[in-house]
Amino acid sequence: MTTQSPTRPPAPARERAVSRRRRWVWLAAALALVAVAAVVSVAFGTRVVSLGDVVGALVGKDEGIAAAAVRARVPRTVLALLVGAALGLAGAVMQGVTRNPLGDPGILGITMGASLAVVSGIAFLGITTLPQYVWFALVGAALTSVFVYLVGSIGRGGPTPLKLALAGAATTAAFSSLVSAILLPRIDVMNVFRFWQIGGVGGATWEAIGIVLPFLVVGTALTLASARGLDALALGDDLATGLGVHVTRARVLAAVGAVLLAGAATAVAGPIAFVGLVVPHAARLVVGVDHRWVLPFSALTGAVLLTLADVIGRVVARPGEIEVGIVTALIGAPVFVALARRRRVVQL
Amino acid sequence: MTATVARPATTAHAALAASRRARRRRRALVTGGLLALVVALALVALMVGETFVPLGDVVRVALGQTVPGASFTVGELRLPRTATAVLAGLAFGAGGVTFQTMLRNPLASPDIIGISSGASVAAVFGILVLGVSGPTLSAMAVGLGLATALLIYLLAYRDGLLGARLVLVGIGAGAFLHAMVQWMLLRASAWDLPAAIRWLTGSLNDSSWEQVRPLAIAVLLVGPVMVLASRPLAVLQLGDDAATGLGVRVERTRLLLLVGAVVLVSFATATTGPIAFLAFLAGPIAARLVGPGATLVLPAGLVGAALTLAADLVGQHAFDTRFPVGVVTGAIGAPYLVYLLIRSNRAGGSL
Repeated sequence: MTTQSPTRPPAPARERAVSRRRRWVWLAAALALVAVAAVVSVAFGTRVVSLGDVVGALVGKDEGIAAAAVRARVPRTVLALLVGAALGLAGAVMQGVTRNPLGDPGILGITMGASLAVVSGIAFLGITTLPQYVWFALVGAALTSVFVYLVGSIGRGGPTPLKLALAGAATTAAFSSLVSAILLPRIDVMNVFRFWQIGGVGGATWEAIGIVLPFLVVGTALTLASARGLDALALGDDLATGLGVHVTRARVLAAVGAVLLAGAATAVAGPIAFVGLVVPHAARLVVGVDHRWVLPFSALTGAVLLTLADVIGRVVARPGEIEVGIVTALIGAPVFVALARRRRVVQL
Repeated sequence: MTATVARPATTAHAALAASRRARRRRRALVTGGLLALVVALALVALMVGETFVPLGDVVRVALGQTVPGASFTVGELRLPRTATAVLAGLAFGAGGVTFQTMLRNPLASPDIIGISSGASVAAVFGILVLGVSGPTLSAMAVGLGLATALLIYLLAYRDGLLGARLVLVGIGAGAFLHAMVQWMLLRASAWDLPAAIRWLTGSLNDSSWEQVRPLAIAVLLVGPVMVLASRPLAVLQLGDDAATGLGVRVERTRLLLLVGAVVLVSFATATTGPIAFLAFLAGPIAARLVGPGATLVLPAGLVGAALTLAADLVGQHAFDTRFPVGVVTGAIGAPYLVYLLIRSNRAGGSL
């Protein structure tokens, strides 16, 4: 280090300059990937259609089964993109707020809490419309996140990643048992809402998208606005306070945004785990730890991941299809294991 | 402590012997009580149903006599179901408590760390895709159960085995295997309710004599070995060094118990599906009842059998709808899991 010539700029500054340019390149690449995922999702599905049919259906002049299949895929694709972005963003925020590499709305039990609230509402209170589901899901998500955080922060050391992950896994197991118990005697409900147990985007309609969109927009705005606060929180509460950040407010603001995103996503697509876990780690690998970059990147990567997972689920199981929640678990669980093996996670 | 030391040696000895005797008496009493409870619950399960069969008829059918009007209901319908419940309960309870004691962590039960899910994957694949049954199926379940256990062990082993890391790795592996079960259920277009319920939460609805046989053989062969081999289990809890010092061949005992526990759990899973939280619940309850310093394999097995019978009775008769046993144990086990987590967090333990 001492032998370095004085004319060269200090290494950190150089790295920063490089990574800033690299970030823009990555951003362009991520946007391109989103476009590719969307095209793939419309073009490939359970039914094999030719490229001409796809174009024909989209410009609206074709009629027939192929065109109808393609048109049905459009709202599904949009929903997959939205839900994926919401879950990726929510995961990134949860990892930031709890300073926990295992943060994910699915692992922390929040999506299953939303699911339980909706299923209880359907079974006991007779709710039937999607707007009602959304509100139930949001209340369920909010209560569950508070509950898991409280359980995980009891005792020595506060909310450590290990305790939070265990509290979340326990809550998920508990709630999914209750969801089965509620759904079982109601076979009709179960057949319609099988996705409340697994998670899927197969039933997408424009109407459903329109209903959850406002919640997603507000959630996104809140989380993106809290990026600065999350950066400060990453330094530790004391240092963040010293920098003039209102720690509690920053945390609550970000958490409310994440709960809105996770709750609304669950209301339309059921509990989908591991997207929010994998995506922020991938995002941090390419753009560093700055939350102003990590958050948008997580949203884009989440959209790509969920959409492609949905395509995989449609293609590998022809003529049936596999709910996207299963595919994301198969992709995400190994990543979770790899993260759990890190010494830092257990010892934090 | 100082008072004990200050006492003359003979008195201390006598006191120690007396407390040991008291503990042994308590253990015998609890085990006997649990056995009586299992028998009583099994008899109730045989008597109660669509038609009520009096106790005398039940006993006569069980002894092999032909009783008009009761032979079919009891002998062909209720007896296999009850036998499956008892055997599966014994297997899950004994297997679960072995894991929990060996890894010194109540969360490290085979159903939470994914070993039951591994056996489920094999069973679902064997039944829905290959169409096998009987011994082949059980062998597949045991094979994949052992493979899962080995994989989790290897993945969690890093500068020594850490209980907490093993639990996290196991939860991840369990999520993966669970997703595979769901995938196969959907792929085989077998998402009819009974099959799905059986392989996701466990159920006794498919019990038949044909299915009881492999499980019975496994429990009768492996069970006694486990009970005998588990005598040093309490010593293992003191830590490996202390156990070695006390003359326990640590690695061999651990391997024997681990394999035995996986075999029991896998056989039971191939028969009933992974009954939710059963392996997790039985151990801590047995530990409460028996008290410290005793081997828990037999008491936990009996607690498992009693839980399965009671949960099935509740599921079959307490509500308008018939719930499979796994849903009932799930509803009991889930809150207990959260309670256990809160308690161990509050105690500041490392889990």
